[in-house]
Amino acid sequence: MTSPSRLSGDAAGARGVRRRRTGVLFKWLCGSATMVGVVALAVLLVDVAVDGLPRIEPGFFTAFASRLPEQAGIKAALAGSLWILALTALISFPVSVAAAIYLEEYAARNWVTRIIQTNIANLAGIPSIVYGILGLALFVRALGLDRSVISGALTLSLLVMPVIIIAAQEAIRAVPSTLREAAYGLGATRWQVVSTQVLPMAMPGILTGTILALSRAVGETAPLIMVGAVGFIAFTPSGPTDRFTVLPLQIYSWISRPQVEFHALAAAGIVVLLGVLLTLNAVAIVLRNRYQTRI
Amino acid sequence: MSTIYDIDSGGQLPALETTDLSVFYGDTHAVKNVSFSIPARQVVALIGPSGCGKSSLLRCFNRMNDLVSTARISGDVTFRGESLYAPEVDPVEVRRRIGMVFQKPNPFPKSIYDNVAFGPRINGFEGELDTLVEESLRQSALWDEVNDRLGDSAYALSGGQQQRLCIARTLAVKPQIVLMDEPASALDPIATQRIEELIYELKKEYTIVIVTHNMQQAARVSDYTAFLYMGDLIEYGPTEAIFTNPREDQTEAYITGRFG
Repeated sequence: MTSPSRLSGDAAGARGVRRRRTGVLFKWLCGSATMVGVVALAVLLVDVAVDGLPRIEPGFFTAFASRLPEQAGIKAALAGSLWILALTALISFPVSVAAAIYLEEYAARNWVTRIIQTNIANLAGIPSIVYGILGLALFVRALGLDRSVISGALTLSLLVMPVIIIAAQEAIRAVPSTLREAAYGLGATRWQVVSTQVLPMAMPGILTGTILALSRAVGETAPLIMVGAVGFIAFTPSGPTDRFTVLPLQIYSWISRPQVEFHALAAAGIVVLLGVLLTLNAVAIVLRNRYQTRI
Repeated sequence: MSTIYDIDSGGQLPALETTDLSVFYGDTHAVKNVSFSIPARQVVALIGPSGCGKSSLLRCFNRMNDLVSTARISGDVTFRGESLYAPEVDPVEVRRRIGMVFQKPNPFPKSIYDNVAFGPRINGFEGELDTLVEESLRQSALWDEVNDRLGDSAYALSGGQQQRLCIARTLAVKPQIVLMDEPASALDPIATQRIEELIYELKKEYTIVIVTHNMQQAARVSDYTAFLYMGDLIEYGPTEAIFTNPREDQTEAYITGRFG
């Protein structure tokens, strides 16, 4: 045994040991907090997969909802969700990008702009049911669009636009000002600077934000119930004015049945919904990576 | 106190002339009542310590200050006798005539060719674009280094090459004046020397106004030098006179390295 060195911690004695223990304890505490989310998600996925996967077969995608669980399928809900998704994207993307361009490139930095900016941030935090009530009053009743796909898509567009605007603004702000100056210095007009430099550079970021916002919209139920999506429907929408249902609503409708067979159907529906969400997120990641390697 | 030499522009209109020009950023008075004239086809250097207003003054010449929302300008700048700040003047048109090269090389994230072609394209150039690109790259002494890889990304070039590409890009728009805002400050000595040689070549055709905080560079490349201090134009005249026989104490203190 060598004589105790100062670095061994003996000098500090019990106090040093306690201090080290606190450090280790804290590390494990934070580590387990991280695991809460991961474990919960894993349990959910396994549980849903065990119940639902046996029901995922071709017939499940080609059959409509039915009161007989063995004949029921998800066709109407999946088609409804894809309709809603596509229309919401078509409506919200151009409007949001235009708003973001205006706020970043054109608007004067004054109190009006600041009020608009604050309101957009607030709108992003409003509960979705409120948008549902707005959609019911505005699109279904006032504009007479009835309980249709287009009413649902417009309502969800209102819901996701603040999120897309904020994401697009951040992407536009990230474009180096030296590039704008270079283009202005060559005699470019504001429109030419935006269209040839700012938008191409910001587009991957804008698309990523849009897709993430849309994946939130796909999971929404409450506002669509308000505008009249129904749980039981035996046809797919053939146009924007048709009635519709969506995946989360179909899942809810199955889960609220007493028969156990319907619960398996609900699990299968959840698997399909997760598939749609994961596909959207994967597209977002691919876009982001492509953007990063290009620079 | 200030000394402004009479500049003999050979009976021609000066390329640029300022009258009582002031620039404000909010409450800051960055350029104070500057009046001087820049003769055509000469190189004029703006020198002075950091924050003296030389870049702000330069940015008045192609209305780049318009893009800063807090900036306000009083007085006037004329370009061959024509006011740049008259209400009917389009700043976009001003920037086509009076080009600018920035402190840090800022090529577009495009190919070398597309960088040079960008200006002509947005200005509706109708003609042989390939010829114009080659001519501009030759003028900026970059052609021999890049002629076999015009399709490569501009980001693949070295810093000095990028800056010469930015000069080529500016020349492709066929400006009459080229403004340079510390064009060599981000470059190594060899790249700097190439830029300086280039400036010497370019003044045969263009009027050049260059901001620099490198006094040797000002002495080497310029015909006239303006010394600014805290927004005031202290002394302006032939470079040789400014550097060998400054009339103002502040000028002498600065060029001999006593401050700044």
